[in-house]
Amino acid sequence: MSEVRLLVGTRKGAFVLTSDGKRDDWSVEGPLFAGWEMYHLKASPADPNRMYASQSTGWHGQVVQRSDDGGKTWEPVGNELTYDGVPGTHQWYDGTQHPWEFARIWHLEPSLDDPDTVYAGVEDAALFRSTDGGQHWQELSGLRGHESGENWQPGAGGLCLHTILINPDDPNRIVVAISAAGAFRTDDGGETWRPINKGLRSRELPDEEREVGHCVHRIAMNPSRPDTLFMQKHWHVMRSDDAGDSWQKVSGNLPSDFGFPIAVHPHEPETVYVVPIESDSEHVPPEGKLRVYRSRSGGNEWEALTNGLPQEHCYVNVLRDAMDVDDLDPGGVYFGTTGGQVYASPDGGDTWTAIVHDLPSVLSVEAQTLQ
Amino acid sequence: MIRVVLPTHLRTLAGVDGEVALDVDGHPTQRTVLDALEASYPTLRGTIRDHGTAKRRDFIRFFACGQDVTLESPDHPLPEQVASGNEPFRVIAAMAGG
Repeated sequence: MSEVRLLVGTRKGAFVLTSDGKRDDWSVEGPLFAGWEMYHLKASPADPNRMYASQSTGWHGQVVQRSDDGGKTWEPVGNELTYDGVPGTHQWYDGTQHPWEFARIWHLEPSLDDPDTVYAGVEDAALFRSTDGGQHWQELSGLRGHESGENWQPGAGGLCLHTILINPDDPNRIVVAISAAGAFRTDDGGETWRPINKGLRSRELPDEEREVGHCVHRIAMNPSRPDTLFMQKHWHVMRSDDAGDSWQKVSGNLPSDFGFPIAVHPHEPETVYVVPIESDSEHVPPEGKLRVYRSRSGGNEWEALTNGLPQEHCYVNVLRDAMDVDDLDPGGVYFGTTGGQVYASPDGGDTWTAIVHDLPSVLSVEAQTLQ
Repeated sequence: MIRVVLPTHLRTLAGVDGEVALDVDGHPTQRTVLDALEASYPTLRGTIRDHGTAKRRDFIRFFACGQDVTLESPDHPLPEQVASGNEPFRVIAAMAGG
């Protein structure tokens, strides 16, 4: 019997929402780690009982939690994430240089085949890896040490590394994204990195097409076609068919191409989901209507998905890590809002139901499919 | 025996309900008390002071005998009442919004 678990991180704890494969009746467990900001939780693809969670507060900093029993119990593991060598400086909002300072883990990405190996994307932007189940962490400093590093500048949410995509055909190929530096790729398991931002244009920059400095909000892929990437940038929805070597704009008929999350259907690699937001200065849905937009043609032609979503007086946002898909057939799509709702669609976006209405502001949603 | 009172989140993280009792060699200071605390409860490392630098986190304060001793040297002797166990050393999560 198949089952879906949604691991939901919020500003005041974590919640686990569980359903059988029909996905019409959900149980809600939580809050776990009540009162803490839970930026992200994710289970290992290699061992569904192994989970990692990023727990933090402004008072007490970063804690990393690990579960070995599918989330029933958790134990704190290592939280010492120290930059390699002399941290140096990056560019601050005002253009001056600012010391690199660890703030929190935004995203945890377990290895595809080893439950003890997990990557952490952090603010200020860097990539760390643990190979002992989260007890110890080492920076993959070739990324931050890229010659452009001292020119990286934070986005409004901080200088955060929020996207980590491991290529299932070649795990040495990893794509990461940083607000507001852009996308980077390694082809040697994290030793060396290069920017992959050709084709991005950001009118906020003095040089719109510069190599780094783009505020990439999120990148997604379908594992069956890992070199095809879809990006939600600050403005613009983009796609790449060469693992990020070049990008093309596919915003098409979207009412706004500003937004945060992006997801790809689990079985249809050309079916993509975004949630348009009014603008960078108004982080609310256009016209007060919460609409997921779906393209079944890999971009450019988009349709509004509204069935079951509020179509008046709705002014919530959906953050970059707060949308995901399951692996069932038909594919399920899920997202959480800053208003505390978590919506589920068991039919690829055709219909939506709110699983919960009143959680704390949702930071992340991860769908775990248990077959 | 030194008594330490932790804020709620850290009691949860350390898995303790009430005060923590610690053995500290010599006359206690902020540094030796926190060293002993982190040795007994390793999950608290990094949550009161930074790894490596041992710098106090910004929103943490220390109180002893009703006095804010946060800004005293971490090597300054704590009051005799704390050293004798009559008064606790208090780790406070400063009030702030959110």
